[in-house]
Amino acid sequence: MTATSILGKPTSRIDGRAKVTGAAKYAAEHNVPELAHGFVVTSAIAKGRIAQIDMADALAVDGVIAVFTHSNRPKMAASHEKYSDDVAPAGKPFRPLYDDRICFSFQPIALVVAEEPEIARFAASLLHIDYEQEPHETDFEKQRDHAFVFKGDGENHSHKRGKADKAFADAPVKVAAEYRMEVEHHNPMEMFGATAVWEGDGRITVHDKTQGPVNCRDYLANVFGMKADELRVLNPYVGGAFGSGLRPQYELPLAVLAARALKRSVRVTLTRQQMFGLGYRAGNIQSLKLGAERDGRLTSFAHEFIGMTSQFEAFQRTCVAWSSQLYKCANTDLVQKLVRLDQNSPCDMRAPGGCEGVYAIECAMDELSYAANIDPLELRLVNYSDRDQMEDKPYSSKELRECYRQAAERFGWSKRNPRPRSMKDGHELVGWGMASGIWEAMQLEASARAVLGANGSLEIASATADIGPGTYTMMAQLGAELMGVPLDNVTVKLGDSDLPQAPVEGGSFTTASVGSAIAAACRAVQKDLLRVAQKAAGSPLKGAKFADVEFADGRIRRKDGGAEVSFADAMRAGKLDRIEKEASAAPNDKSKFAHYTHSAIFAEVKIDEELGVIRVTRVVNAVAAGRILNPKIAGSQILGAIVGGIGMALHEETLTDHRFGRFMVHNLADYHVPVNADVHGIEVIFVDEQDDEINPLGVKGVGEIGIVGTAAAIANAIYHATGKRVRDLPITIDKVMRA
Amino acid sequence: MAHHASAAASRAERFAAPAKTTVTFRVNGTNRTINVAPWTTLLDALRVNLDLTGTKKGCDQGQCGACTVLIGGRRVLSCLSLAVMQDGAEVTTIEGLARDGKLHPLQRAFIDHDAFQCGYCTPGQICSAVGLINEGKARSPDEIRELMSGNICRCGAYTAILAAIEEVMANGRAPSGGAAR
Repeated sequence: MTATSILGKPTSRIDGRAKVTGAAKYAAEHNVPELAHGFVVTSAIAKGRIAQIDMADALAVDGVIAVFTHSNRPKMAASHEKYSDDVAPAGKPFRPLYDDRICFSFQPIALVVAEEPEIARFAASLLHIDYEQEPHETDFEKQRDHAFVFKGDGENHSHKRGKADKAFADAPVKVAAEYRMEVEHHNPMEMFGATAVWEGDGRITVHDKTQGPVNCRDYLANVFGMKADELRVLNPYVGGAFGSGLRPQYELPLAVLAARALKRSVRVTLTRQQMFGLGYRAGNIQSLKLGAERDGRLTSFAHEFIGMTSQFEAFQRTCVAWSSQLYKCANTDLVQKLVRLDQNSPCDMRAPGGCEGVYAIECAMDELSYAANIDPLELRLVNYSDRDQMEDKPYSSKELRECYRQAAERFGWSKRNPRPRSMKDGHELVGWGMASGIWEAMQLEASARAVLGANGSLEIASATADIGPGTYTMMAQLGAELMGVPLDNVTVKLGDSDLPQAPVEGGSFTTASVGSAIAAACRAVQKDLLRVAQKAAGSPLKGAKFADVEFADGRIRRKDGGAEVSFADAMRAGKLDRIEKEASAAPNDKSKFAHYTHSAIFAEVKIDEELGVIRVTRVVNAVAAGRILNPKIAGSQILGAIVGGIGMALHEETLTDHRFGRFMVHNLADYHVPVNADVHGIEVIFVDEQDDEINPLGVKGVGEIGIVGTAAAIANAIYHATGKRVRDLPITIDKVMRA
Repeated sequence: MAHHASAAASRAERFAAPAKTTVTFRVNGTNRTINVAPWTTLLDALRVNLDLTGTKKGCDQGQCGACTVLIGGRRVLSCLSLAVMQDGAEVTTIEGLARDGKLHPLQRAFIDHDAFQCGYCTPGQICSAVGLINEGKARSPDEIRELMSGNICRCGAYTAILAAIEEVMANGRAPSGGAAR
C-alpha cells in the first residue's frame, strides 16, 4: 500500500471526547432499572473443602435478596470442558461456585445479592464459613526440583540443536547465571465487574469487563446451556486489562447466574483485593549458560525456564525460543518446565512469555559482553540472525539493525564509558544499558462489516474490543482510507458479541486480524459500488475492471485518468441507500517466512549510592513493526509498555505468605506500579519497515513489543552504574544495597 | 434460654441497614438532594445515586486516584469521603468541566497529547490536574510529576499527561471547574 492522507497520520483518538468527559460507560456503570448488587465472598484458605456455610445472619440483613453458594446454586454445566474458552490453557478450567472444593486462596465461594451495594458487602461479612483445610504448597523454590516438561498443549517449547554442553565446555568465554522474577498482577485501573441485564424473556445482556465479548458469550452459553442468541455481551469501553480480561473472569458467570435465578438485573463487581485472585504473570526461575568465542560469537546457548501453574491447568507461553530468533548459534539447548502449586492458574500478561524470557536472555547477553570485553551493542550485531532458527525460516522483514542504529544514535551510546561505576552525575551513579526486543506478529481469523450510505457515511463494525490501544481509531482510519471517504464520515462499532465475529483483543494481533477483515469488507462494498455505477446509462466507467479503478474522496476514478463517478451518483443510479457487506480474513498459514516485530531499547539510570534510590532518567526505544497506521496512538502503546517495563524492572511483585498459601500483597499500596514521578524522558522511534508479505496492510501490531526487553535494558544499566549484578526482579533498593 | 432471647432481641437491630439521611449539595452547579445511608461513600453516591459514572472506582481505598473530584475547587478522593459529610458542599465532577459543549482546556489537551489509552483513570487525572493548577504549587515538570503521583495510570500515559498539564499551565488558561469562589 502506498502512503495516504489518512493512514500514518497522528490522528487523535476518535473515542477521546467520550473518555475525557466521563461519557464513556464501562461495565459496572450501567444503572439499569431494578438493579440488584452482588458481592463476592472468597476463600480464606488455599486448599481443602467447604464444610459448611451458615448464611442465616447474612439473610437476616434488611435488603438482602439471596445468597448463592455451591450448595444452593442453580444448575450449571458439570464438565470442566464447558468452562473452557478461546484462550484457556490445557487442563480442567475452574468452575466457579460449582462444588465444595477449594483450589486456591481468594477462590470465589459465595455471592451475596442485595438491593444496595453496601448492604451486599455488609451481609457478606456475616457469612460463617467452616473449612476442612488440607496442606497446601505454594512455595515455588521448594517445588523447583519437581519441575516437569509439559507437552499436553500440543506445543513443543523445548528445542535442541547441535551439542550445547560440549560447546559450552569448550568455549573460551562463558556466562552461567540464574535469573528470577516474582509473580506480577495486571492491575488494570477498572476493577472487574459485570452488569447482567435481565431482558424479561430469558435473554440476558451483559456489560462485562473483558477483552473478548464473543469469547464470553460462548462461555456463558456453554456454562448455562443457553443458546448463543439468548446472550449478548457488550464491552465498548474497557478500563485496561493487559491480558487479565482475555479469559472470562468469574464476575461474569456469577452475575448471570444470579440474574437468571432472580429474574432480575444484577451487577457483580470485584474489589481490588479480590482481583489478586484472578490470573497473574507466573513467577519464574531461568538458568542460562552462554558460551562464545573471544570475538563474542556465540557457540553455545542453553536456557532453562521454570514457570509456575495451578494444579488444574498447565499455563505456559513461549519463553525460551527467542534467543534462536535473535542470535545465530549452532549449539542450543532450550527447555521449559512447570511447577504445580495450590494457586489459581496464571494467565497472559502483556507479552506473555516473551517479556520473561527476553529479560533473562538480554541480561545474559549483557553479562557476556563484559566477559568478552565487547560493547553490548556490538555483541548483538556480531550474533545478529537473519533467520528464525526455531523454524529455519527467513523473516518477512526484520529492521532490527536499523533499530539498534537509530536508538543508539539518539541515545548517544557512543559516548558511553564501558567500565562499570565510571559515570557520575553529582552524588548519583549513572548507568547506561541496552537490550533487544522481539514479539510475534500474529494474525487470526476475524470478520468485519462495512456499511456505506448514500450520503457518504461509512460504518465499520466488528466484535473486537478496544481495551486502550486505539482500536476505534484504527478501524475508522482503515475504513476511511480503504473505502475512500473522509475520516469524519466514519463511525465504528465494536465491543458487542452480536457484531461480525472477531477474536479476543490481545497478542498484538488485532490490527492485522480485524484490519484485514475491514479491508475485505470495504473491497466487497466497492465491487458492488462499481457494478451499480456501471449500470447507469452512459456511465463513464463502463468496461472498467475492478483493478482499473480507484476509490478516493468519495469517488470512483479510472486509474488511467479522466472518468469518475461519485459514490452518491453511483448509488442513486442503482437506487440504493446503502451497501452493506460482511467479510472475513484469515492468515496465510503456508507462509515461508517468520513474522516478528523487533526493537532496541537503551536506558539510563541514576542511582543514589547512599540511599540506593534508582531513577530511570531516560529510555529510547526504536521499534520496527511494519507499517504504523497512527504514530501518535502507536507511540502511546510503546510509551505505556515501557512504563510497564519500568514497573517490571523496579517495582512490581506479588509476594506470597506460604503459611497461608495466599498473596499477602493484594492492594495498590503494597503492589507498586510506576507513578508519574517514576517516569522521566521516554522517546519512541518507529523505524521504517515495509513488509508486503505479512498481510496486504503491511501491519504487525505494537501492543506487546514495548515491554519486551525494557526491564533487561534497565537491569543492565543498573549493573553499569553500580558494578552490581542483581538478577532477581524487581530490583528494589534493598537488593541494590545488599549486592 | 435468656441468652437466646436477648440474641433474638438484638438480632433485628444488628441486621438492620442503617437509617438513611438527606444530603443536599451542589453537583456541577445544580442542587441535588439524595437520601443515603451513612456508609455510602461520595463516590458511590455520585455513581449509583446520581448516575454520574464519569467519576471512576479504581480501588475504593484511596490508593489510585481514579475517583478524584473537586470540592470547592480542591481535589478530593471521593472514595474516602462519605456522602453525608458533603451536605452543602460544592462538588465538581468530570461531567461538570465542559461548559456548553466546549471542552475544558485540560480535556482538550489530554486529547491532543493522547494522555490516556483505556480512559479509566482519565477523569481522575483531569480533575486532579485542575486541582493542581488551583493549588499553584507546581512550577516545574518535576513538581507536576510529584504532585500528580496520586493518580495511577496503568496504561502508562504519564509523559503525555505531563505534557498536557504543562501546555495548559503555560497558556495560563483559567482552570475553572469549580474553583473556589
